[in-house]
Amino acid sequence: MTATDARRAVEAVWRIESARLIAGLARQVRDIGLAEELAQDALVTALEKWPDTGIPRNPGAWLMTTAKNRAVDLSRRDQNYQRKLEQIGRDTDNDHTPDASTGVGDINDDLLRLVFTACHPVLSTEAQVALTLRMLGGLTTDEIARAFLVAESTIAQRIVRAKKTLAKAGVPFEVPPEDERDARLAAVLGVIYLIFNEGYSATAGQDLMRPALCADALRLARVLAGLMPREAEVHGLVALLEIQASRAKSRVGSDGEPVLLLAQDRARWDQLLIRRGLAALKTAETLGGLGRPYTLQASIAACHANARTPEDTNWLRIAGLYEALALVAPSPIVELNHAVAIGMAFGPAVGLELLDELRDEPTLKDYHLLPSTRGDLLAKLGRTDEARAEFERAAGLTRNERERALLLSRVAAQ
Amino acid sequence: MRFMVLVKATAESEAGVQPSDEMLREMMAFNEELVKAGVLLAGEGLHPSAKGARVQFSGDKRTVVDGPFAETKELIGGFWLLEVKSLEEAVEWVKRVPNTDGGESEIEIRQVFTVEDFENASPEVKAHEQELRAVIGNG
Repeated sequence: MTATDARRAVEAVWRIESARLIAGLARQVRDIGLAEELAQDALVTALEKWPDTGIPRNPGAWLMTTAKNRAVDLSRRDQNYQRKLEQIGRDTDNDHTPDASTGVGDINDDLLRLVFTACHPVLSTEAQVALTLRMLGGLTTDEIARAFLVAESTIAQRIVRAKKTLAKAGVPFEVPPEDERDARLAAVLGVIYLIFNEGYSATAGQDLMRPALCADALRLARVLAGLMPREAEVHGLVALLEIQASRAKSRVGSDGEPVLLLAQDRARWDQLLIRRGLAALKTAETLGGLGRPYTLQASIAACHANARTPEDTNWLRIAGLYEALALVAPSPIVELNHAVAIGMAFGPAVGLELLDELRDEPTLKDYHLLPSTRGDLLAKLGRTDEARAEFERAAGLTRNERERALLLSRVAAQ
Repeated sequence: MRFMVLVKATAESEAGVQPSDEMLREMMAFNEELVKAGVLLAGEGLHPSAKGARVQFSGDKRTVVDGPFAETKELIGGFWLLEVKSLEEAVEWVKRVPNTDGGESEIEIRQVFTVEDFENASPEVKAHEQELRAVIGNG
């Protein structure tokens, strides 16, 4: 086994095992920052030893044992670790298996604790995203930095600060109590959705999409569905992400330019992901997800997925779903999308009328899709000068260079 | 990256011997691991080749041969479709497949093409391939 082969093999094991390792350690030392450091140390040791010894039969158990031994070493140098070591000692004494593997149920509970801790409200959204990708997704600091187009040191500092914030606030390594569960779960789903959206419609930079980020978010959503199989909205999120991911390849043209949904080549949509998304949506509905935000959004995505051609799209149903969504998760962006659907169902003049009610909305002030949508409706009504002005405004607002190029081409086309 | 994981047939699977309860239990646990890791896209077991057929090609000629087939090691007993980040990750998962009866068997891992991989295809052929995928997908 060459050094390069070994590194790739270790990285593969790490991707499979790291979340469980960190979660299991965190339950024992009650500090996810320390748990992650111990896990990273075990990874370094694996990178040093496995090229010579080969990958052990049970790599996860090997890493766990190595991390615990590392904790023992640290306690000899730093008394601050002594209390946590005593905790490990007590847990180790109770282990029934030599390699200290825990049961599947225990690991699931640990992973859930890790999910809720990484997305704890004491942290900023940016910190929640970084911790989630790092601790649960198994991404390196460099991978996260490249995904979000920032310096690696920025992400490193964000993660260090997040760990300190959690420790200082004394956040327990626990699943939230029943009365907080719904709100905390919504925060977790929001973080995963944010990660997906950053990959699906990058807010800045030269690429329209970052597919690796979408794949990471989708995997996290699937993992969460495995951990919380009876939560309707988790399946709703999975359904939404699977169906949206099914369109990923058709959203970008051969020159990297954006292709709007109605202009996409539907033959390129991934039918396997659509079927998986529709199955997850059915599960969400069965579990009582009807009328809840992610399940509603997944239902909207399913309307598009089920339409073989743009003309087959059931815009009336989509408009109704957006009205339901506006009741449970009101936002100007939902109203914007509702106006688009109404415009498609009843004509651009009606859509424009609804859209104009949003012009004074503060949160849409710098949102490029408002003027670009207005421009689209104005163009359909033949009001070309007004349309051109709107596309120019939209081009000035977007930070994604591909979108700017598309909008400027629409200016030129008027 | 997507990988097709092909489980080769065995004398037992070709004889139609049903898996033991223990074997099913271990395989179910493994499948649950794949689902919980978010990497399993699809997976099925296959009936013996006695329930299948082959079509042989020679120029314009097509010959249908009913099963069963003798070359057990060349036959497939089941498959998984995995979405992972590397071949090494797929290999690591396959190493964890339970081998309940402790016998000899083999699993093959093959990367799945995307349409973009067909370098020699013209744009027209690619578009047609994509149309077919859409039709197949819709049953």
